[in-house]
Parts: sequence; structure tokens; C-alpha cells
Amino acid sequence: MDWNFIYRNLPLFGKAALLTVKIGMAGIILAILLGLICAVIRHLRIPVLREITSFYIEVSRNTPLLVQLFFLYYGLPKIGVPTDAGICGMAGIAFLGGSYMSETFRSGLESIESVQTESALSLGMNRFEAMCYVVLPQAVSVSVPAFMANIIFLLKETSVFSAISLMDLMFTAKDLIGLYYKTTESLFMLVVFYLLILLPISLLGSLLERRMRYAGFGD
Amino acid sequence: MPDLGISVLFKGKNLPRLLGGLWAALRISLISVVISFPLGILLGALMTLKNPFVKAAMRIYLEFIRIMPQMVLLFLFYFGTTRAFGWDLTGETASVIVFVLWGTAEMSDLVRGCLISFPAHQYETSEALGLGKAQLYRYIIIPQAVRRLIPLSVNLVTRMIKTTSLILMIGVVEILKVAQQIIEANRTASPNAAFGVYLAVFFLYFIACWPISMLAQYLERKWG
Repeated sequence: MDWNFIYRNLPLFGKAALLTVKIGMAGIILAILLGLICAVIRHLRIPVLREITSFYIEVSRNTPLLVQLFFLYYGLPKIGVPTDAGICGMAGIAFLGGSYMSETFRSGLESIESVQTESALSLGMNRFEAMCYVVLPQAVSVSVPAFMANIIFLLKETSVFSAISLMDLMFTAKDLIGLYYKTTESLFMLVVFYLLILLPISLLGSLLERRMRYAGFGD
Repeated sequence: MPDLGISVLFKGKNLPRLLGGLWAALRISLISVVISFPLGILLGALMTLKNPFVKAAMRIYLEFIRIMPQMVLLFLFYFGTTRAFGWDLTGETASVIVFVLWGTAEMSDLVRGCLISFPAHQYETSEALGLGKAQLYRYIIIPQAVRRLIPLSVNLVTRMIKTTSLILMIGVVEILKVAQQIIEANRTASPNAAFGVYLAVFFLYFIACWPISMLAQYLERKWG
């Protein structure tokens, strides 16, 4: 193990990790918004929109992110849509994550009994208020564990970004292997940096899961 | 109207080649499924044992495999172990090894989660009724576990299929690679082929995974 080499290339990996986290997080935030919207549409059974969201969910859940990114990055410019690698990565994560988030929120929404909505309505809230103040807060806390699992899953999926020439961790590692033939060192750093990103989130996830059990009613 | 690659798809042997590429990806995931599911069941059952050493070892294996992106695992095996141990791995072998390791970890976690989800009174009741250990598993635990596990493991199959798209990155010729070759070969004749060809790849993956997802959903509703 050439520690000098590792030390020299630390900033490179740091920058790559930052890029992974930045694009990943932006994509995840979009995915959460998209997922929430889809979940509410499906929960409220809004006609037409509901069919569109079901179609979207099936398509996004049954295709790999890599293929989605290839289509976004290499396919779309051919019909005149200008694309940027960073935006593509973000859009890809949002497109893939939206469906997973939506399923998570939907199962959260379904776990709140309809009695609660009915009581809220009979107390004089309108549907919007009942959703916002009664159902959503509970549904969100029920779905926290699955939600954290989704975030980890999506951050792991960002490892395919190198295919659309984003200089992420995979790209940097592959580059260093190609340039200097320091395979062991580069792979070691790759693993360490992914652990640095993913381990805290995984630990936070199990912590939140334990905390959120208090939110349960009547256990 | 410029050609968006639809005609390229039907030119010569392009479509059969693309399907061949899909089969290359599917074959690797199927081989991995066949090997990793029995292993996963075995490991999952082992993890419910009280032995602290077995438990700790399994835990480390499971957590490492599950927290690392599958792409990193592929790189570790394809570039790392070949360098470190000096052996020769083809892309296919490396990907089968990685998918077996990963599939086993995921499957064992499903099995463990399923086994510990049975309330203790089921074990106690069957003991009180005079059933032996073998009878307990044969008549009480396994029939219930199978019903809970099958939808989950069918889902895992689609995840495996989707993840095999990554093997492109370690140089295995699969559907995306074939698509790239087709696009490159027709670069001058139809420069916009990337749109249609990648759309076709997208669609083919969907066709491969969607029926399996539907089956999982159906089984979940039927037995859930």
C-alpha cells in the first residue's frame, strides 16, 4: 500500500465525493417531492392523473438507472433537448427515486386509518387541512425507516454517474487505475469514501427508526 | 423528419443482436439467482442461531455487501482481486461472483427478517402440542415462511436483472454495449440513432422486468 499516493490523491477523491453527494442529494430532494405528489394523487384517487402516475411508477421501477441515464444523456440531445451531465444525473435520480419514494409514502398513508380523516372532516377541516395536519405528519413518521432505506439505495445508485462522464468516485478511481496502475490504493480509497458517505446515513437511519417507534400509537 | 434510429433497429441483424445482448445480461442474473437463493436461505437460517461468532461474522459480511454500491463490488472483484491475487477473471465470471455474493446477502436478510417475524408463541404452542423440532419447521414455520418469502424474492429477481446493467462498466458485452456498437456503426448514415436505440433498450428492460414485478405483486396480494 502506497500511503504517499493515497495522501496525494485525497483532494481528488474529496472533490469527487462532494460531487456525488451534491448531485445525489439534489436528486433525492426532487425524488421526495415527486414521490409525495404521486403518493397523494394515488391516495386521493384523482382520475387521469392517477393513471399517469401508475404508468410512471411501473416504468421507473422496472428499468435500471444506467439505462435511464443513457437515454437522458445520449438519446435526448438527438431530438434537440440540450443536456448537461449534472442535470441528467439529478433528473435520473429524481425519476428513479420518485417511484420508490411514492410507494413508501403511499404505504405510510395507507397505514393511517380512514377514521382519522373522517374525524378531521367532521371537526370542520377541509380535505386539504385534514391531509396536511392529520394524515401526512403521521404517515411520514411511519414511513421513516423505509424512507431512509430509499435514500441509501439512491446514493448507492449514484455510482453509475461515471457512465455519463460525471467525475464521481467511480470515475476518479477508474481514472487513477488507468493512469498510475495503483489498483489496490485506488480501490481502497473508493471503498473508504463510500463508507464515509453511506455509513453515517445508515447509522442515522437505525437511530431514527428507534426514535420513530415512539410515534406509533397504541403499541 | 430526421431518422431517430427506428430504421436502424430493423436494419440487418440489429434487433436480434440487441436481444442477444439482453439475453447475456439476463443469463448472468439467472445464474446468480439460481446459486444465491439456496445460499441465502441457508445463511438466513444460520443467522437466527444464537451463536455470537456466527452472528458477528454474518453481520459484517451482510453490512459490507449491502452498504457498498454494486458497482464498487464489481470493481473490487474485476480490478482488485485480479491484481491482488494474480488470478484471471473474465468480466462474466467477476459479475457472477459479485451478484452471487450480493444476492446471497439480500436473500439471507429477507429470510432472517421472515424467520424472526414469527411471534414466539408459535414456537411455544407447537412445543406444548408435543411437536418435535423437525415437525415444528415442517408443519408450522416453513409453510408460512414460504408464502411470505416468495413475493419478496421474486422482487429480488427484478432487482438483480436491473443491476446487471452495470456489468457494462467492467467490459461485458451486454445489451447497452451492443446498443453502443450499433449506434457507432451507423454514425454517418443516421447520426440521431442514439435516441431510438436507447429507447429500445429502455423498453426491452421494461419488458423483461415488468411481468416479474406484476407476478410479485399478484403473489403478495394473494398470500399477503
